[in-house]
Parts: sequence; structure tokens; C-alpha cells
Amino acid sequence: MKVSYQWLSDYVDLSDITPHELAEKLTRSGIEVEAVEPRNLGVSHVVVGYVKERSKHPDADRLSVCIVDAGQGEDLQIVCGAANVAQGQKVPVALPGAKLPGGIVIKRSKLRGVESQGMICSAKELGINDKLLAKDQQEGILVLPDEAEVGMDAVTYLGLDDYVLELGLTPNRSDCLSMIGVAYEVAAILGREVKLPRIEVVEDGGENPVTVQIEAKDHCYRYVGRHFTHAQIGSSPQWMKNRLMAAGVRPINNVVDITNYVMLEYGQPLHAFDAAKVANRSIVVRLAEPEEKLVTLDDQERTLDGETLVIADPEKGLAIAGIMGGANSEIVPDTTEIILEAAYFTPRSIRRSARMLGMRTEGCVRWEKGVDQSRVAEAGERAAMLIQQLAKATVSRGVASAVVQQAEPVTIAITLEKINGHLGTSLTAEEVSAIFDRLQFAYEQTGSAWRVTVPTRRGDIALPEDLIEEVARLYGYDNIPTSLPEGETVQGGLTPEQKLRRTIRHHLIGLGMAEAISYALVHPRLNAAVAGLHEGELKPIPLAMPMSEDHSVLRTGLLPSLLETLTYNRNRQNHDLAFFELGHVFLSAEEKLTRLPEERFYLGGVLTGQWVPQNWQGVKQPVDFFLVKGIVESLLSRLGIADAVYRPAADLTGMHPGRTAEVTVNGKKIGFFGQLHPQTEKTYDLEETYVFQFDVAQLAALSTPLINYAPLPKFPAVTRDLALVVDRATPAAALAETIREAAGDLLESLTLFDVYTGERIAADKKSMAFSLVYRHPERTLQDEEVQEVTSRVIQALAEKTGAELRA
Amino acid sequence: MQARLQEMKQSALAQISQVADAQALQELRVKYLGKKGELTEILRGMGSLSAEERPIVGQLVNDVREALERALGEKQEELEQAALRAKLASQQIDVTLPGRPVPAGTMHPLSRIIEQIEDIFIGMGFEVAEGPEVELDHFNFEMLNLPKDHPARDMQDSFYITDDILLRTHTSPVQARTMLKKEGRTPVKIICPGKVYRRDDDDATHSHQFTQVEGLVVDKGIRMSDLKGTLLSFARQMFGPNQQIRLRPSFFPFTEPSAEVDIQCVICGGEGCRVCKHTGWIEILGSGMVHPRVLQMAGYDPQEVSGFAFGMGVERIAMLRYGVEDVRHFYTNDVRFLRQFNRG
Repeated sequence: MKVSYQWLSDYVDLSDITPHELAEKLTRSGIEVEAVEPRNLGVSHVVVGYVKERSKHPDADRLSVCIVDAGQGEDLQIVCGAANVAQGQKVPVALPGAKLPGGIVIKRSKLRGVESQGMICSAKELGINDKLLAKDQQEGILVLPDEAEVGMDAVTYLGLDDYVLELGLTPNRSDCLSMIGVAYEVAAILGREVKLPRIEVVEDGGENPVTVQIEAKDHCYRYVGRHFTHAQIGSSPQWMKNRLMAAGVRPINNVVDITNYVMLEYGQPLHAFDAAKVANRSIVVRLAEPEEKLVTLDDQERTLDGETLVIADPEKGLAIAGIMGGANSEIVPDTTEIILEAAYFTPRSIRRSARMLGMRTEGCVRWEKGVDQSRVAEAGERAAMLIQQLAKATVSRGVASAVVQQAEPVTIAITLEKINGHLGTSLTAEEVSAIFDRLQFAYEQTGSAWRVTVPTRRGDIALPEDLIEEVARLYGYDNIPTSLPEGETVQGGLTPEQKLRRTIRHHLIGLGMAEAISYALVHPRLNAAVAGLHEGELKPIPLAMPMSEDHSVLRTGLLPSLLETLTYNRNRQNHDLAFFELGHVFLSAEEKLTRLPEERFYLGGVLTGQWVPQNWQGVKQPVDFFLVKGIVESLLSRLGIADAVYRPAADLTGMHPGRTAEVTVNGKKIGFFGQLHPQTEKTYDLEETYVFQFDVAQLAALSTPLINYAPLPKFPAVTRDLALVVDRATPAAALAETIREAAGDLLESLTLFDVYTGERIAADKKSMAFSLVYRHPERTLQDEEVQEVTSRVIQALAEKTGAELRA
Repeated sequence: MQARLQEMKQSALAQISQVADAQALQELRVKYLGKKGELTEILRGMGSLSAEERPIVGQLVNDVREALERALGEKQEELEQAALRAKLASQQIDVTLPGRPVPAGTMHPLSRIIEQIEDIFIGMGFEVAEGPEVELDHFNFEMLNLPKDHPARDMQDSFYITDDILLRTHTSPVQARTMLKKEGRTPVKIICPGKVYRRDDDDATHSHQFTQVEGLVVDKGIRMSDLKGTLLSFARQMFGPNQQIRLRPSFFPFTEPSAEVDIQCVICGGEGCRVCKHTGWIEILGSGMVHPRVLQMAGYDPQEVSGFAFGMGVERIAMLRYGVEDVRHFYTNDVRFLRQFNRG
């Protein structure tokens, strides 16, 4: 809502408050003023002039030489380049020394040898927005109405000595979609009275021939029709045009302008019909027939449905109620007989129709938020008065009216205790009553209890809490004290799983990875690109109305978008990358969701390029499988998850069949890691890339973060190294398992310290060297014991894995 | 014999002083003091001496041995020092060469802010509650006093999956879910961080996915002044001990009264600058007293208990905190962006 400061001061005394002060006060009490714009963008010394003569410039085809009376005593000679300048016009004249927006200063000058004592201005040169001007005023100089007084300051004449307050209204304050609503608000803030327009309609015509019938009683509660004859359609007086333009509305003709003006003034959308086009002068408010067609004022044919409310005569539709009039009954220059509609349509009805039709007019905005039912008739009368005055119309006797139901004001009971208890204030009953007075809310007071009757203009107030807000905002939020909750103190904190997520995050960051956060909405193709962790078949979860295909389905795993992150970075010359992400994935097996999908919290990681970059010591270290495994092991160890088993996983989508491991604990799969399939790498335009993905809930279930101290050993350890030759295919884990089993409790630790294949052993063999550390907790081990255990180990290895000691 | 000893001593001392390395020194030690060394040889000849001469020569031999040993020891020490000096000199490195790179990770700026917010509220006795990102219309809107045709639904154009299921447009549904789970027990004291989604075109200030932290306190006798005090405490811990907050009346369907909360501009400190549009204040969150209908729907009697709620945008706070100008940076994960958040 754009509020003209000058216009507003018609209704409430603003003589001692500047537009900026007013804006601050409004903002601080709940009506946000987003901007205070001066209408004058830098115009001075521009006056109304009269073009007495116009002749062609002797040396320039496109220029005119005008003799202009600008009320300066002497006529001015002004050279003008506009094609539309003509003798007899009233025009804005920038005198020598005048200033125009953009820092332009007008001087006496010679144009092609002819002296020019000023400039005749276009609307644009005066800083007036083209969009607010009629088409014929957008080109050339601005031609003013004949009644403009020569010599008058054009700034005053055009209403540019004004400020516009732009309100950013919250949806509950539709009462401030009108000048009078804003006036009530300002009056409450300043503690002043509201001066409403004095309405006087002289019924100087015949009997009102209009009949009104409401058929759609759920959609329209009230319809009032005034009837006029002998109307003269023409342009509106300048003061009205100025106000409309200040509000951002383009003037059209006097009758249409009046309906707009009163809509801005009262918040009540109105509509005027050319009565001659209304069959029988009979108005029917009904629902449209399915597929009913209506050509609206903007010359578009609209197809309505059976829920759209229309204003019709017995033969045809005349308007889409509350949204736009029909072309068939439009006010045109030769219209003389008018029906003026003032009605109450239900917000739900208009909102639905406006959405269905994709139309959103100024009227719609007000209807959707709800207009004040009690002001319908008053607004109609205000418009009738203006039509009578400005269009010189004759007003027929009587008002055609149909009423389905009336709005009843709400009464709310409230106590001082409740108000202070809710706000933490110590207001007195007098202070609260004074606030109700300022709001012009009627009340009955009994001690420190009130029964407040809320005027229908404030449809947002229905509960005691709503009244408390009114009290609070007029008392001033700044004046509410600060305190802290006084109830029972409770222990705050994170849940174990929340703590675990932080541990994971901090651990991976400590290891050198960067945390990423990506979009949960992805391209449908992405979900299928890399394996997830779910069991069974998934169905995609698409949005009903996505904004783009790239963000049209919910992700089922974290890896696809992390891979896109790698591609994004590589395209920007970032090559050495290690990202992880913690976030939700969304799983459903339903074709169409009937319940919420399963949301799981996953950990995903992607690595590519160099882990340790090239440096002067020459030890760059590319990302590889065992780095990723090291990260995984380190994380699991950090979470206290022992007994992880790593198995080759040859058939995971998007993963390298020979370089992928599935991680299980106690037979349950908790995640996987490995190299991306070369084909997938190619799809994403990546070099060798390694990934991991885990289900965080599983990690949380297995995690044993409690630390149990073990006493330090008192006796020495004995170390034996074994170099074993085995078939190449024998997994290291098989050897380690056999060693552990055979060595029993004496084996304290086992380290694989060398793996060798090459010419010094048979081609189908490899050598693996283990270091075994033995220790007895209660005594020093004897050589013989160590020898015996080691022999047992060697024997077990030979039997179970065919391992031989390397010669 | 005495003369021979003296001569040997002179000659040995001279040789020792000439020695330049440890091996030659050892050879001299063997040559003079070894089992077959010259001094031993002279000692062997002592048998031929008279009884008077013997103690004199004996003394002399001991003197010579001591002198030689001292000379050898000193020389050895000297050589070792020299060797150490030489070794140190040879070990000198260019300390200005860069260190070996150790991978350094970084926390996402949004996570940093969320963890800070969580920690501040945990310190005030809040728990961290969570809820699904795909929500029922019922929880996202209706339980928050936004029935199907409520005009405020325009404020948040939503990503619907079906008529009843959508991506949550705010973290507020967690309020309703938590209260229902508590079955009327008090106090409720939670914050709910999480991702939310709205139908916005991505640009410098809009993102179809963003992050909120919601807060809710429900108990007997909760007042708007408690909301003010809690948020002031938060603002001071988050933005500095001298921060001031300012509440402005506003509207949210799920609170009444409602307030938007400003802090003093973190850029200019309240003097007025471009960021705060010369007002000195910056809006950082929305808040209010929980609407009685919201309490009622969640199983609490608004006559018995009251509450306050607030919600803030994590991206907005991160942008203010770190001076980030484009919200899209948070989701494109350019490593050059992320690596800047590696301190503290």
C-alpha cells in the first residue's frame, strides 16, 4: 500500500509530524514502512504556462518557437523540441534557473540561433513515472488541463510536494489497505481523532430502476446498486489524478477513477457498469456456468468454471465478481447511465477464482484479505457523491440492495491480570483503557476487567491475545521489560545421536576433509547414478510442481550431489578435493506417497586428486582406496565401533567392481566405500574418485563412546616377525584372522608391515610380512612359550591358508 | 732412562698436539700407552734399575702417563667438539622452506553457526529437537493455525509432493510434533535446527533450500518479557556482549503477539550503513507468544500455560557474521569458499 502523506492528512492531523517521523512511528508499532519516497525528485522553479503562440524554428525542422505566458510579467520565448506542443496549451514551464531531476539546471540559451528562456517539460523530465500516465501523455510535453492557473508552481499543481509511505503490510492488517484504515492506525499511535469524509448524496433523479438478486449466497453477503443518469465521462480533476498517481494507480476517466479513489480511501473495491448495457437494469449475482466465457476489460476472453462468482444480468455475464469487469458493460466516453456496485464477496470465493484465472488485481488483493462489511454501503455513498460532483451525474432515488448476512462486531472479555501476566508488564487499568480509547474500541469496564467491542474494520482481532498485542504494540514493545523464564530449570543438551553427528563432523574435519551441504532436491537421473544403502526397490519422490528438472526429486543418497560438487569444483580449477556431508535422504517404495517417506540420516564422502599436494620435497600423495579405508577405520575407531568386517562388493551401482568394500558389523551392513566405477567417473568428468557412504543411525546404534581404562602392562612384550608366502588371491584378512585365532590371548597386537609381489617369488604368489607382539599380563614370557605359540600360528597358517614361511 | 722418558714425553706431546682426527689419536694412544706401547716398554726396563732410582723413575713414569693421558683426553675432547661443530654445520637447513602440507579440513559455515546457536541455547537449558523435512500439511500449516485457505499461506509458496505432503517451509512443525509428544507436560524448552524449502528462484538473496533454527518454550507463567530476555541473552552471546535488541510488532499466524527482532547492525555498530539501510538495526528473527490455538491443538490449555517461540534464518546470520554477499555460496560448495571458514 502506497500512502500519500498529503492525502492522509485529510483524515488525521499531521501538521507537527514529518513523513519520516510518521514512518518510524508506524514501523515501531507494527505497520512496517518500507520506504518514504518524495514525489518531487528534484523539481523547482517550474510553473504552469500558457502557450500563446507557436511557430516553426527558422533553422530547424523539428523545433518550435513558442511564446509562453508563465505569469512572469513578461512573456517568455521558449524553443521546444516536442512534436505535440501547440498554441493554446497549458504546460509546465521550467524557468531559467529551474532544477529538474537528475541534477539538470535550466539556463537561458540559444538553440540554433534562437534564444530560449526556459524549457517546456515532459512528464518524464518532471520525474513522473510513465506508467502512471495515459498513453497520449507519455509522448512529448505534458499537457495540463485548461483550468490550470498560469504562474502556479507546477510542483504544487501536480502534487509533487508530497511524500509516499510504502507500507509492507502483514496479511492480518488488511485494514491498512485503505487510507481511512491507515488513518485509524495513525490516530491510535498519535492519540488523535479521525476525520472521516462528509458524505452527502442528493437524489435529484427518478426512481432507481435497478434490481439486485443474490443467488450465490455463500459467495456474496451484500450487494448495493446506485443508479445515475446524465453522467459526463471525462478526465478527473488534477487533485484526484495526483492522489491516484501517488498511490501508483493510473488515472483513466472520472468514473473509473472515482471507483479506484474510493477503493483506496475505504478499502472497498467498487465497480461501475454502463447501465445501458445491463438488460432490464437487473443485476444477478450467481455462479458461472461451467465453461462460461466472458471477455474482460483487458479484451481477453476468460473461461470460467462453476465456482466462479459472476455479476450478470438476466441474459449475460457482466463481470467476474471482485476480479475484473466485462468489456460488454465497460464505462466508455459516451456512457451516460451508470450502475455503481458496492458489494461484499467472500475472501475464499475471490481467492479461488483469482487463482484459477491467474489474475490478481488491486481489488483482488483487498477481497482476498477481507474488506470491512460494515463499510460497504458507506463507500458506495462516498463514490456516489463523487460521481455526482465530478461527472455531473444525476442520482436516482433509492439504493437497490440485497443482504444475505451482516457482520457482527466481536466482543472480547479481558482482565488486567491476563494482560500483565502475558506481557510481563505492570500496566495500570487506566493505561489499558487509554489504549482502547486511542484504538477507538468501545468497551465496558468493571474495575480491571473489560468487555471490548472490536469494530468490524479490525477483522484480525478475535481473541484476548489479539487484544493483548494491540495493548503491547501501542504501549511500545520497547517498554516491555526483559526477564528470563522462572519455571523449573531443566537440563539442556544434545541427544546421543546428535552428539555422534558432531563427533563425526569434527573427526572428519580433523582428518582434513571439507564439510559440504548440498541440495536435497536433485535431478531424477542422479539418484540412479550411485548405489545407496537401502534395501529393496525405491520409487522416486517427485515434486508436484518443481521449479526445474534439476531440483525435481528428493535424493535417496548423498553421493550424487557430492559428485556434482566435485565436478563443479573441478570446472573451477579446484582439483584436490575431499568433501563429506551429513544429511537426510528420503526413501519410499510407494508409487504415489500416501504417508511420509522414510528419512534417514546419512554420511557421505567423496575424494579425488591429491591428498597431499605436490610440494618441494616431492612427496605428493594421490587419493587412493587405502586412504579412504584409513579414513573409514579411523572414524569407526573414533566412534568405538570394533569388529567391522570389510568384504569385497562387486556389484554396487556406479562403483568399481574390484575396488569397493562393504562394511558390516555383526552381519549388518552399515555402509560401503571404494572407487567410483570408471564409467561413472567419466559421466561426471572426474579423475579417479573414491567415495564412502554410511547410515548414521546404524553408526549411532553400534557406537560405544564410553572409555574404559585398561591398566598399563607391567611385563615386557616379545615381538616375532613372520614373512609368509601365499597365493595372490588370499586376502590379508584371512591370514590375520588365522593368526589371531591360533595365537590366542597372548597375542597383543598384529601388524601387517610388508606386502611383496615380484621376481623374487613365484609369479602366482605374494609375500606378506606380519609383526606379532606377544605379552602375558602377569609374567615375563619365556622363549619356549613364544616359540610354541609361533609354531602353532605357522602350522595353522599352513593348514588354513597354505601359507609358507618365506625362505 | 729418565732422559729417555723425558724425550718420549716431549715427542708424544708434540705428536698429540698435531693430531687431526680421532683415529690418529687412538693410534697414538696405543703407541704410547697401549699394552705394547712405549711407556709399557720402558716400565719393563725398570727391573734393571737400582732401588734408589726405581721410585724416582716410577714416579716419573706415572707423571709422564698422566701428562700423556691428559693430553690425549684434551685432544679427544677438542676433536669431538670440532666434529660436532662440523656435523651441525653440515646439517644446516633453510628454515624458510615451506613445511610439508598437512591436510586441513573445514566446517561448513552453516554448521558453524548452527553449532554456536545450539551451544548458546543448550547453556540456557534447551534441548535440541528434530523433525522430518518432508512434512504433512497438517503439521506444517494446520497445527500452526494456518488452515487451508489462510491468506498467510501466500507468504510461503511451498513444494508440495501430494495434496497432503510437502517439503516443510519452516522448522515450526517440530514445535507441534514436540508438544504432542510431551502430552501436556511442562516445561517444553527446545530449539529445532533444520533445512527448510520454499518455491523461490535461487538468486543472491533467495534459496529454494535454506536453514532455520526454531525455538519454543512452554510453561506456566511464560511472559513476553521472558522472550525478550532470552533473545537478548542469545544476541549478546552470538553477536557481542554489548548488543542491544529491538522488538517490532509483526504478524505470524502461530504467535500472538508477534514480534520481529532486530539487533544493532553488526557492520556499523548502529551508526547506520548500507547493510542496515541507515537504520542502525538489522532484522535477524521472528518471534512471539505462542498462539492459544496452537497450544490448544497440541494438547496444552492456554488458560494454564503460555509460551514463546522464535525462528531465525541461519544463512542470514552467517551472511552477517562473515560478510557473505550471495546465499548460493552456501550450497555450491566451492572449496575456495569453504576453506575460508577454517579458524576458531
